[in-house]
Amino acid sequence: MTRLIYELTESFRIAFAQIRANKLRSVLTALGVIIGIVAVTLMGTAIRGIDTGFNKSLAMLGDDVLYVQKWPWGGVEDWWNYANRPVIMPDQADKLNRIIEQTPDTLLEVAVPVSSRSTSVKYGENKVSGVFTIGTTAEYGRLISADFSEGRLFNETEANSGRPVCVLGFDVAEAVFQTRSPLGETVLIGGYPFTVIGVVSKQGSFLGLFSFDNQAILPLEAFRKYFSVRRGAELRVKINDKTRVADAREELTGAMRRVRGQLPGERDNFTINEQGAFKAQLDPIKQGIALAGLFITGLSLFVGAIGIMNITFVSVKERTKEIGTRKALGARRRTILLQFLIEAVSICLIGGIAGLALTYTLVQVVSVTLPAIPVEFSVSLVFISMAVSIATGIVSGFAPAWGASRLDPVVALRYE
Amino acid sequence: MSPSLAPELAGRTTRPAGPLVIDIAGVTKLYQMGDETIHALRGVSVKIHRNEYLAVMGPSGSGKSTLMNMLGCLDTPTAGRYEFTGKNVATMVDDELADIRNREIGFVFQTFNLLPRSTALANVELPLIYAGHSPAERKAKAIQAMENVGLGARLHHRPNELSGGQRQRVAIARALVNSPSIILADEPTGNLDSKTGVEIMALFEQLYAQGNTLIVVTHEEDIARHARRIVRLRDGLIESDGPVG
Repeated sequence: MTRLIYELTESFRIAFAQIRANKLRSVLTALGVIIGIVAVTLMGTAIRGIDTGFNKSLAMLGDDVLYVQKWPWGGVEDWWNYANRPVIMPDQADKLNRIIEQTPDTLLEVAVPVSSRSTSVKYGENKVSGVFTIGTTAEYGRLISADFSEGRLFNETEANSGRPVCVLGFDVAEAVFQTRSPLGETVLIGGYPFTVIGVVSKQGSFLGLFSFDNQAILPLEAFRKYFSVRRGAELRVKINDKTRVADAREELTGAMRRVRGQLPGERDNFTINEQGAFKAQLDPIKQGIALAGLFITGLSLFVGAIGIMNITFVSVKERTKEIGTRKALGARRRTILLQFLIEAVSICLIGGIAGLALTYTLVQVVSVTLPAIPVEFSVSLVFISMAVSIATGIVSGFAPAWGASRLDPVVALRYE
Repeated sequence: MSPSLAPELAGRTTRPAGPLVIDIAGVTKLYQMGDETIHALRGVSVKIHRNEYLAVMGPSGSGKSTLMNMLGCLDTPTAGRYEFTGKNVATMVDDELADIRNREIGFVFQTFNLLPRSTALANVELPLIYAGHSPAERKAKAIQAMENVGLGARLHHRPNELSGGQRQRVAIARALVNSPSIILADEPTGNLDSKTGVEIMALFEQLYAQGNTLIVVTHEEDIARHARRIVRLRDGLIESDGPVG
C-alpha cells in the first residue's frame, strides 16, 4: 500500500516534469480538453440559469395565484371550442368573492379582476408606447409580491370612485420622468390624464420576453371609463394553501360555474390557468437544450480525448527506452500503467482547470454586460468538470498506458 | 597515447566465493524471426557464487546478450532450469520478475539509461521507490550510494550537466542502492573514452573488494581481464569457463 502511494507520488512528479518539458505540446493538447470543459460548464450554467430565471419569473407571477381566463395558456388546436365562450366580465369577480365569503373552509382567498390593453404613456415630450396597462381593484395589492420604489397603490375609495390615478412600472417611470420624481405629476395614458401615485420597484422580465416593469396600473373604474372592458377581463384568484393547488382549482371551478350560471353536464366555458402550466411547457425546451448540449459537449470532449490519446501514444513511443529502464529497475506493470495514466489525467486536469477558469470569466462578463441572459456559476459545476476531466484522462490515456505496461523490457531497452 | 584498459594482474587478490546465487542448467532460448527459428542459446549451464567477479565474453551473435537478459531476469528460458538464490525464475511471470530485478539485480547499461529530467539523486532513488522505501530512507540510502561512487558533490545535477564517466557512476550508484545480490553490467565502458573506462573499471575493482558480486558482459578482452573468471560463448554454447590468468 505504501509502495503504491510512493509510486503515485513519483508518477505525479514525473508527469508534471514531463508537461513542463513539453510545454507547447501539452498546452496544445490541453486546448482540446479546455474547449470540451468550457462547453460542458457553459451548458451547465445555461441550463441552471434558465432554471433560476424561470423560477424567478414564476415567482413574479405569484405561485399562489390561479388565472380564470377564456383561453388556456400555451395555445390550443381546437380553437373553435374556445372562441364562442362568453367573455369573462370584471364584475364576475364580485360574485365570485361573495361565493368565497359564503364557503366555509374555503381554499380561495380573494378574486381580483384584471382588464388589460396596450397603450402609451406620455409626459411632456417623453412618450413610451406599448405599455401593458391594466385596470384592477385595490385588492390587486394582495396578489403581487413587489414593493413600491415610490408611493403606493390606490386604495379602495380611489378605485371605486374611478379617480384618474395610476401606478407606473419602473421602466415606464424612468423613461418618461428620467431622474425627477413622478409622484403627483400628471401623465397622459392613452391620451387621458392620470396622476401618478406610485412606482413599482424594478422586477425584471419574464424569461426575457415580457417585462414586468413596462406597465401601468389603473383603478378598474377609471380603466372602464376611458378604455372599454367589453373584451372582458381575467380573474386572478389568490389561494390560501400553495400545497393544495389541485383542491383549490376544483373549488374554483365549481364557484365559477355558479358565477357563470352553467348547467350540470355543460362543459366549462372558462379555463383556469396556473404557472405550473408554464413549467410543463418549458420542460421539453430544457430537455432539448440539455440534449443538444450533451451532444455538442460530448463531441468537443471526444475531440479533446483523441488529442490526449494521441499525445500519450507519442509519449510512450518517445520514452520506450525509459520504460525499459524502469522495468529493469523493478517497475511493475501497474507502475508503468499508472505513470502514463496519471500523465494523461494531469494534462486533462490542467485543461479542466483552465476551462473552468475561462467559463467563470465568461459567466462574470456575460452577467455584467448582458444581464438579460440567464447564466449561473455553481460549485457543483466545479466538481462535475473536474470529474469529467479525470474521466477523460483515464479513458483516453488507458490504451497507450496499457500498451506501455505490457512492453517487453528486453525489446524496450533495445529501442533507440 | 591513451592508457591501456588492461589490468595489472600481479598482486591482486581474489576473494573466496560465497554461497550459490545463480544456477543455470541446460538453458535454451529460441526466437521466432519471421519463418526462421533462431537458437540463441543451445544448452548453457553456469553457476555463479556470491563474491564472484565474472566476465561474459563472446562475439556478436554468440548468445551473449540473450544470456545477459536471462541472468538479469529480463527474459525467461525456453527450456532448462534457472534458479536465483534457490528460487525458480524460469516459471515466473512479469511482476514477479520485476520484483526479483528490483531487489536482487543492479543493472549498469552501456548507454547509462538515466532519466534525463531527473536529478542524479532522483535517478538513484528510483529502485527504492519501486521497493517501497519511505522518502527519508530513500534519500539517505541514495546519498550514501552517490558518496560510494565518489559523486557526493553532484547530487542535484541532471544527467546533461554531468560527464560520461560521472553519468556511469550515477548509474552504478543506482545499481548499488538497493544492495542487490549481483551487479550486472552490459558493456559498461562501451560509451566512454579509455581514460574514463579505466576509472570505471577501478571503481568495479573497489566494489568487488567491498564484497559485491559483479557480472560484466563485454566483447573487449582488456575489460574482461579485470574479472577473476571469464565465461566465453560461441554460437549459443559455452566455449570456455575458467579463471583469469
